[in-house]
Amino acid sequence: MQTKQNLSWKIGGEAGFGIKSAGMMLAKIFMKTGYETFDYTEYPSLIRGGHNTYQVMVDALEVNSVTREVDILVALNKETIDLHRDELNFGSMVIYDKDKISNIRAVKGINFLPIALTTLAKQAGGELMRNVVALGATLAVLEQPRNIADQVIKETFGSKGGEVIKNNLLALALGYKEAKKVYQEKFICSLPPQKKNNNILIAANEALALGAVANGLNFYAGYPMTPSSSILQYVASIAEKVGIVFKHAEDEISVINMCLGAAHVGARAMTATSGGGFALMTEALGLAGITETPLVIVDSQRPGPATGLPTWTEQGDLQFMLHAAPGDFPRIIMAPGDTREAFQMGAEALNLAEIYQTPVIILLDKFLSEGSSTVPEFSTHGLKIKRGKLLSQEQLNKLSKFERYKLTVDGISTRSLPGMKNGLFIANSDEHDSGGYSSENAQNRQQQVDKRAAKLQSFAKVMPEPVIYGHPKAKKTVVVWGSTKGPVLDAYRLLSKKQQSNIKILQLQYIWPLATNFVSNALRHSKQILLIENNSSAQLGQLIAQETGIIIKNKLLKYDGRPFFREEIIKALSKL
Amino acid sequence: MTNKNMLTDKDFLTKQKPTWCPGCGNYAIWIAMRQALAELNLDPHKVLIVYGVGCSGNDTNFIKTYAWHSLHGRTLPTAIGAKLANKDLTVIAMGGDGDGYGEGLGHFLHAIRGNVNVTYIVHDNKVYGLTTGQTAPTSDRGFKSKSTPEGTLDTAVNPIALSLAQGASFVARGFSGQAEHLKNIFKAAILHQGFSLVDVFQPCVTFNKINTFKWFFDRLYNLDEKKDFSKTNFQQALAESMIWGEKIPYGVFYQDQKPEYVASLTQLQGLALVKRPMKVRDITKLMYEFK
Repeated sequence: MQTKQNLSWKIGGEAGFGIKSAGMMLAKIFMKTGYETFDYTEYPSLIRGGHNTYQVMVDALEVNSVTREVDILVALNKETIDLHRDELNFGSMVIYDKDKISNIRAVKGINFLPIALTTLAKQAGGELMRNVVALGATLAVLEQPRNIADQVIKETFGSKGGEVIKNNLLALALGYKEAKKVYQEKFICSLPPQKKNNNILIAANEALALGAVANGLNFYAGYPMTPSSSILQYVASIAEKVGIVFKHAEDEISVINMCLGAAHVGARAMTATSGGGFALMTEALGLAGITETPLVIVDSQRPGPATGLPTWTEQGDLQFMLHAAPGDFPRIIMAPGDTREAFQMGAEALNLAEIYQTPVIILLDKFLSEGSSTVPEFSTHGLKIKRGKLLSQEQLNKLSKFERYKLTVDGISTRSLPGMKNGLFIANSDEHDSGGYSSENAQNRQQQVDKRAAKLQSFAKVMPEPVIYGHPKAKKTVVVWGSTKGPVLDAYRLLSKKQQSNIKILQLQYIWPLATNFVSNALRHSKQILLIENNSSAQLGQLIAQETGIIIKNKLLKYDGRPFFREEIIKALSKL
Repeated sequence: MTNKNMLTDKDFLTKQKPTWCPGCGNYAIWIAMRQALAELNLDPHKVLIVYGVGCSGNDTNFIKTYAWHSLHGRTLPTAIGAKLANKDLTVIAMGGDGDGYGEGLGHFLHAIRGNVNVTYIVHDNKVYGLTTGQTAPTSDRGFKSKSTPEGTLDTAVNPIALSLAQGASFVARGFSGQAEHLKNIFKAAILHQGFSLVDVFQPCVTFNKINTFKWFFDRLYNLDEKKDFSKTNFQQALAESMIWGEKIPYGVFYQDQKPEYVASLTQLQGLALVKRPMKVRDITKLMYEFK
């Protein structure tokens, strides 16, 4: 029987069953075994009950997507088997709790492995550890040694004390031994140890936060909203240690105004939210624009509108970010395509915000935000704090007259900070003259609008180009942004060499300003274009049409709250 | 002996002439604030005033300090953010009663909860002036205007009682008709180490024909001169805060020392946040939890 060196593992059960904990431990175990992992969780907006799943993809090569197909399904309740039965394929396995689940109808080619998870868990110290017993059974089926797993158990439960660690180690051992007893065949997935690597296991939320922390973040005001909350919680957890002022404020309107107050006096400020929270922030977004105050705002998207699907994924806010707030003013919009880019952009956004003295928006979504994946340890080598035209006291003293909003060719004026002598100005929500005084003068208004707009053009001239993967001269172009990068690249790697040679993938990392010429050229020289987006109205497609005149007719759109599964992309790419 | 470097209220004048109606209560607040800043010897560049939107907000152009002209109702979060990031600045928020007790009422209560060392001056004229005369959250029940032609059915917000109940550490009322007294209250509020509220009765001569200067003169009595009243007695303060109508108290209702937010933050000990050198951080240790 042919084996494969990758795994799609999914555990399911009610909230409170330790689904996530088991999943994270499995991912860590395989990371330490030298594999790349990528995880994806589905959970309803509940604290207890409901149906939760945690899926871990394991591969020797980099993996940034999930398959619909599952090789091992761990069922802590019957509902899990019922709901995911059709994701199983020939050779797959279902490990289930035989103490709680009975009368499973056999399916040809699928291995059903009943393990007394409840009994064994109780033996180890408590029913709550059924997830760890199942983890042990999984590792036995995959013929993994136990040493790394034991190490991960110790690290995971380290803070809970010796008794808890002991019980969980026992739970793992019992599950392992039982599975070894009951299943002695060779499973379709074979995962021998790989060369050790210097990876970490991290989700885009924490990665982005780390990037910002590395590059000088020192003020964070926030308000929780799924799926951005782990950014808030992570920054809160390290704030005192690294010297960041952190405030959980009363609402999102307070959050953004607080960040602006801090940025105004010279802090590097950031906040994160989801679409609904951003909606509350929009007036202040415009305020940042007109006062030319730097600010970084992360929108981790989820299906909307209104409360929508709080715990699911979508790329539905792109058009919203482009247009949020009344009036015309410059904003920069970035969209990381994976965890590594999230780190880089978390750092870079703080620089861009200060250089162009304008709000910078970073778009994530639940799929990236809450999906941990293995990445090489982040390096701060090459990171540099760039504060743009921020004047020092010495420079201010040399000026005969300081004008905060002086008209310049590139649109960017010099900047003082409150506390500095000779630098007085008004950061004015009204339209204002070059000193910041409220002004209703017609010529001044036009000049200030043009000045602010010029800043965006200045950035457009120097911004990084969109990225091309595959064969640069290929005539079939697939257009992606944000989290569709992962599934598309993973699918591309599985195509035949011939198919690959005909396809290139165009990834837009900067949504605004749009690299109009680059995109235009890439698309005009294509014989076929496929746009892949996780929303119902092809929001990037609309932007491309608006800016280049090119209307992409061939679109793969998904908006059921789920991310693209690899199979869906493979099918679409094969049709090109 | 006079100090040649002593500031006067003229040091806080900009080149712009105020645009308020002749007789507006804002003039007294404008003068009192400039005098207070001068007498406290605060250099203009070390002061940040965060303004709201309204007639009072236009003050942004008339006082010479660093200024931030905020969105309607949002002065307090901005002022708090600024103070947290640079605790060496004197941060003052100035807005109207519509701005602060209508749009911004939530932020007001939460600012009191934090007790950040910010001074909040509310220009309370019981009407919406700049938008030409609608009813305000502080208008009394029955007040008629363009937005409540039959008389408002809502009772007025009581910012004094609210702030006391929420645990504010400095609560005072001033009056535009008593500029000297007002200046002294401003000074006390700025010097207070914590969140200080000064609600200032500031008659709107154009749109509020009820709560006029005369109306206030006929009713106000000064707590600072009231026999047996102590500004450190919470129960007394609460009792006075509920008095409204034929008699209205003003002056300092309450002052107490409560833990101030900035002083309680470990990471803000030492240099002000924005005065620390900004450099790329070493995140090696931070990555351990992800290994």
